[in-house]
Amino acid sequence: MTTRRLPLPAPWTYGFLFALAMWIATTAYAGIGSAGATLSSAIVFGAFSVVVGTGQMFVIASGPGNIDLSIPSVLTLSAYVSMTAMGGRDDLVLVGLLAALAVGAAAGALNFLAITLLRLPPIIATLAWSFIFQSFAFNFGGEATLKPPSLLSQFAVWRVAGIQVMPLAVILVTVAAAVALRRSVWGRQLLAVGQSEPAAAFAGIPVKRVRLTAYVLCSTMAGLAAFLLAGFTGGAALNMGDAYLLESIAVVVLGGTSIAGGQANAVGIWGAALFFNLMATMLNTFGIEVGVRLVLTGVLIILVVAVVPRGRTG
Amino acid sequence: MNKVLEPARPPSQAHCAAHPLVGMRGVGKSYGPVRALEAVDFDLASNEIVGLVGHNGAGKSTLMNILAGVVQRTDGDFMLEGTPVARWSAAEAHRHGIRCVFQELSLCANLSPAENTRIVHRGLRGLGWKKRAGALITAALDRIFPGHGIDPHLVVSNLSIAERQMVEIARAYTSTNEPIRCVILDEPTSALGHTATEQLLAHIRRAASDGIASILITHRLNEILAVCNRAVVMVDGGIVAVRSTKGLSRSELVELTGHVEAPRDRQKKDRSTPGRPIVDHRTELAQDKVVLAAPGEIVGFAGLDGHGQRERLRDIYKTMKGGQTPVAYVAGDRGTEGVFGLWSIADNLTIRSLKTLRRGGLISDEASRTLASTWAKKLQVKAPSIDTPILSLSGGNQQKVLFARALASDAAVVFLDDPMRGVDVGTKQEVYRLIRSEAEKGRCFVWYTTELEELTNCDRIYVFREGRAVVELADEAIETGRILEASFGGGNG
Repeated sequence: MTTRRLPLPAPWTYGFLFALAMWIATTAYAGIGSAGATLSSAIVFGAFSVVVGTGQMFVIASGPGNIDLSIPSVLTLSAYVSMTAMGGRDDLVLVGLLAALAVGAAAGALNFLAITLLRLPPIIATLAWSFIFQSFAFNFGGEATLKPPSLLSQFAVWRVAGIQVMPLAVILVTVAAAVALRRSVWGRQLLAVGQSEPAAAFAGIPVKRVRLTAYVLCSTMAGLAAFLLAGFTGGAALNMGDAYLLESIAVVVLGGTSIAGGQANAVGIWGAALFFNLMATMLNTFGIEVGVRLVLTGVLIILVVAVVPRGRTG
Repeated sequence: MNKVLEPARPPSQAHCAAHPLVGMRGVGKSYGPVRALEAVDFDLASNEIVGLVGHNGAGKSTLMNILAGVVQRTDGDFMLEGTPVARWSAAEAHRHGIRCVFQELSLCANLSPAENTRIVHRGLRGLGWKKRAGALITAALDRIFPGHGIDPHLVVSNLSIAERQMVEIARAYTSTNEPIRCVILDEPTSALGHTATEQLLAHIRRAASDGIASILITHRLNEILAVCNRAVVMVDGGIVAVRSTKGLSRSELVELTGHVEAPRDRQKKDRSTPGRPIVDHRTELAQDKVVLAAPGEIVGFAGLDGHGQRERLRDIYKTMKGGQTPVAYVAGDRGTEGVFGLWSIADNLTIRSLKTLRRGGLISDEASRTLASTWAKKLQVKAPSIDTPILSLSGGNQQKVLFARALASDAAVVFLDDPMRGVDVGTKQEVYRLIRSEAEKGRCFVWYTTELEELTNCDRIYVFREGRAVVELADEAIETGRILEASFGGGNG
């Protein structure tokens, strides 16, 4: 979009660069034999972060203050509803997928209604809804884990010629998101709204409809992540979404999307997601004890964010 | 229109004791190459009331800001009771007894009137300052607006606009250990009701007899004639006339303010009667005219700044947005309502037309670039390429991009929100030409402007006063004198 004169690499590439560094460090410590396994597991786990992160990116890009904190609970609820709908039957897998997406879409609409009708700040509205969604999920399954149909479990680890299919599908999602931002009317309007709401309104953009779509897409992505994650981890569990609250935001920001809105990068999310997963693997491989590991995680994140050149802030 | 030029002269001998309170000789102000105030002479005696009249941008505020120490003069001499003043600041001015009542209310809304009073009186300190501040402001309110009923300890945001204005005025007349010599009142009555206005005018007269001079800036000329000793008329950054109000009539005063460029010969349009209006907007307000505009018409919104033109324009735009007739809006406040700062010229230009640029569901890069370069060329946007970031352009060129955004769209009606403020003359002429040629092709323009001469581009105008479209003028009747007369409200302003 804008011309860059700096010789530095673009901000969104830093995630990939740091991910590469982590991978090399891990391989150097554990030996070349583990390199392939390390990477492929990072790609699989990273894929889930990418799905929720892509949704969060749309919301964050829609303007300063916009954020979705309900992602973990929407994810959990979608998984429960989806598993219940399928009841472990292979022939209902498609129904289960649709159920997960529908729960997500409805949750996104509810989030936005609370924001626009009650004029709540997004951070409060989505946090409040997250408690409600979480308690629905609790009523659905209680503490029990609901098992997925075996077909879904098989898909989650399905390999064709040694390449896992699930992450490939997520890459397609990333490509679609990148094209939407660059070439779809909605994507351009989203970035315009994110830059300046009054200017967007005077440029004839239906500001509310554009934002509604962003929130609905975000929660729908959480529903999709729920479906895939339940298949991969063997079912829906109450704490399955917990890790994605902060990670969904972290991968977006580190991926080159402006927290101030109006600028988004879909591909960069992959770099950031790989970085987070490879960093965890690296610290695990080094055999560092938990407390120190958490400290190092925090320090590394701060270092990385400090190094990444920032375009516009605030 | 008669052009009356008369040198400023000192106040009549009756008022002038030894030295006038304020004496300015050749005081001017430049902002770089822009001359905001020509060298003017201005005098004020210590018991005098002077009315300051002139159109927006005539230099009234600049002159008053220099007097109040808010703005530093770039040339001329300034004397206070015959003593030359070198250093001058808002604090100095306050110390010497010069007070201001601003048009935009300057009270802190989250504080009470008593606390707001404390802000200007450092002397109110120690235990019980709040009580003393409350008593001080209440006493001033009682003196000026008997029966006001304002609680000095209630937070200002709970007060009505009129009550806030009363507090603001009363605060200027409170005094602790600093004197009050002169109070500048900038449009003090626009927010006040009839009774409060009468009370204020009576108070200004009383204050003058107690030796407190006043400078009254108002568009309500009757107030000037009623209360002032002299009227000072400003046009285009200079003082064009100083008149005693004795025997001065309202229409003479209006005529004095109307010194603007003679309207260009309006191009005779061979328009058959305009077609069916595509803009038809009415409000609930009594005496508010229906705003009509037909294809091919240029309709102007005139009047003094802030009399409801912009609100009406936005109201019409919002009503029509997303409806049957495609509309576009050119914002005057480029920074916050116009440009998308992260984007290039091309992105900014095409955002209004994205739907027509789709090929097979996705926006075509080629079609976008063609549209952007065509219109950037048509408006002569000066930039290396259409990929140049919009913020690296000058203000005038940014404005051209915003015009291009509207004109490149399918809009049948284009709303112009005073877009030519701060744009150089050359650009203006180019844009006027373009607007006229687009209108000839059948586009409809609704144009709010604060610049009188722009209205000569219009086929028909509505003159606004106090939130209403009160007068409609067409073709030859669009003439400075009539616009001003209507702006000031005929005989009953």
